[in-house]
Amino acid sequence: MTALTQPADQASPSPATGQRVTQAKVVRSEWTKLRSQPSAAWSLLTAVALIVGFGVLYSLVRVTRPPHSPAEVASFDPTAVSLAGAQLAQVAVGVLGVLLITGEYATGMIRTSMVAVSRRLPVLWGKAVVFVLTAPVLFVPATFVTFLVSQSILSREQLGTSLQEPGVARAVLGSALYLTAVGLLGLGLGALLRNTAGAVASLFGLLFGLQIVVGFLPATVSDTVARYLPTPAGAAVTNVRPDPASLGPWAGFGLFCLYTAITLGLAAWLLRRRDV
Amino acid sequence: MLCRLPGRSVPASPLPSGPAEKADNMIEVQGLTKRYGDKLAVDDLSFTVQPGRVTGFLGPNGAGKSTTMRLILGLDAPTRGSATVNGRPYREHAAPLREVGALLEARSVLPGRSAYHHLLAIAQTGGIARSRVDEVVEQVGLREVVRRRAGRFSLGMGQRLGIATALLGDPRTVILDEPLNGLDTEGIRWVRSLLADLAAEGRTVFVSSHLMNEMAMTAQHLIVIGRGRLIADSGMDEFVARAGRAVVLVRSTDPGSLAARLRSPEVTVSPAGEGALTVSGLSTDQVGRVAGAAGITLLELTAQEASLEDAFMTATRDAVEFRAPATTGADR
Repeated sequence: MTALTQPADQASPSPATGQRVTQAKVVRSEWTKLRSQPSAAWSLLTAVALIVGFGVLYSLVRVTRPPHSPAEVASFDPTAVSLAGAQLAQVAVGVLGVLLITGEYATGMIRTSMVAVSRRLPVLWGKAVVFVLTAPVLFVPATFVTFLVSQSILSREQLGTSLQEPGVARAVLGSALYLTAVGLLGLGLGALLRNTAGAVASLFGLLFGLQIVVGFLPATVSDTVARYLPTPAGAAVTNVRPDPASLGPWAGFGLFCLYTAITLGLAAWLLRRRDV
Repeated sequence: MLCRLPGRSVPASPLPSGPAEKADNMIEVQGLTKRYGDKLAVDDLSFTVQPGRVTGFLGPNGAGKSTTMRLILGLDAPTRGSATVNGRPYREHAAPLREVGALLEARSVLPGRSAYHHLLAIAQTGGIARSRVDEVVEQVGLREVVRRRAGRFSLGMGQRLGIATALLGDPRTVILDEPLNGLDTEGIRWVRSLLADLAAEGRTVFVSSHLMNEMAMTAQHLIVIGRGRLIADSGMDEFVARAGRAVVLVRSTDPGSLAARLRSPEVTVSPAGEGALTVSGLSTDQVGRVAGAAGITLLELTAQEASLEDAFMTATRDAVEFRAPATTGADR
C-alpha cells in the first residue's frame, strides 16, 4: 500500500516544461505501440511472407510452364511474375494500416491517447511516420530478395531478367513503396471512419471496386478515367513495361500518394473537430 | 525528470488558505451544456472542484457524469459553456499528463499489448522516464503481472492499470470515472486511501461513483447531478443532513392508534412489522411526547441516521424539485 509521496505543488518551478508533448515524443510512443501490438507484427510478417512466398512459388510454377508461342514470349514479364506476391500483400498491409487506428477506437484506447496528447494530431502523424519508417525497412528487402530468388529460378529456362534492365529496379522498389502507400491510405480511412469493418471495406472499394464500376461506363469514358483511379495510378510504378493507357510510373505513384495525403488530411481535419 | 523517488516523505502541503489565495489547480465548469442530437446530456452545469479534498461526483446512471468528465478532458466539445482545468481548457495544456491524470473506462487498452507497454507508450508522449513507469506499476500493485497481455486482466486489474496510467505524470489534478468498479474489498480500501493521500498532497481529486456508501467514506465534498443538471454542490455532511430524511423507529403496544396521532401532511408513518412504525418528519422527542400524551406505552424509540444513499435517493428522485437548494454551489 504505497502512497503517493510527492506533493503536487513541490514540483520544479515550471512543471509543464518537463513533460511537454512534442511530435518526436509521440513518434516514440507510437513506435512502442506498434512493436507491442501483436496483430500489427503479424500483419507485417504476413505481408512479407506473401511477398516472398507467393513470388517464389509463382516463379516455380511459371518455370515449369514456360511461354511457347511468340506472343506469349513477348508478353512474358519476369519482373511481374516475381512481384506477384506484392499484389496479395496489399490486403494484409491495407488492413494493418486501418487497424493501427481503428484498434484504438474499438477498445476506447483512443481516449487515453487523446487525453495524453490533447492536441490530437500528433497521434495521427506519429502513426503515419512510424509506419512510413517501418514498412519500407521490411518491404524493400522483401521485394528485392524475392526478385533475385525468382530470377535465379526463371533463368533456368532463360526467362529471367536483371536489375540492370531498364525499369526493373524501379518496379521492384516501386512495389515496396506502393505497399507502404496502401498502408497509409488504410490508416487515413481508419482515422476517417473510426471503424474497422467500414474502413477495410472502403479501402478495398477504392482499390478494386472503383475499377469495376468504371468498367461499366462507356469505353470512351472509362479509358480516360481509369488511369486516374487509385490502383491503375499507383500500380504504374510497379510495372516494368508501362501500359500505354496508364500514367507514367512516378506520375501515377505521385497521384496515389496525393489521394493518400487527401485522405489523411481530411482525417486530420475531422480529428481536431469531432468528439473522440 | 519531475518524478521523484517513491520512498521520499514530504509533509503534506498546506491547503489553500482562503479565497484570496486562489489555487491554480482546480476544475471550473461554467454553464456547461452538451447536446447529442436531440438528447441534452449535460444541461447548464456550473461547479468548481477545489484542490486538497476528494470531491465525489454522484448521479444515477445516465445523469451525464461521464459526459461531463469527457468535456472537462477536451474529448468532447461543449455545445455551450466552458470547462477549464488548472486555469485553461484542457486541450491548451502543453504538458497534459502533468496537469491531469484521468481514468475514463477501465480496460480501454489494446488486449494484445502488455500492461507495461501500454503504460510506456502513454508515458513517452510526455517524455516520462521508464523509471516512473516502474514506480506507478509498483504503486498500484501490478508488478507481478505487468508483462502480461492487458486483455487477460480481470476488471480489478484493469482498474489498477487505469489508475497507474492516471498517475504517470504526477498530475496536479486527478479525474477518475468509477474507479471502484470491479475492485474487491481490498482494492476499494486501497483506492480510498490513495485518493485521500492525493488530496492531502494538495491535488484536486474528482471521482465519480455510483457506490454511495463508498463515496460517503471517501469524499469530503459532493457534486450531485441528475439528468444533466446540478442537484447539489455541498459538503458531504451537509448534503446528507439536508437531503437525507431522518427516520424514527418506534415500537409500541398500540401502533394503530399511535400512527393516527402522528400523521400529518409533513409526517409520513409506515408500519414496520411487530408493532413497529417508521416515522419521518419528526424527532424522537416529538414522537415520545405524542405517545406520552396519548398514554401509549413505548417499547422502543430509536433515531435512524440518514445515509448518503438515502440522501442521494431523495435528492435524485425528482431532479427539478431539488434544483433550488443547490444554489449554494451556484452563487459563486
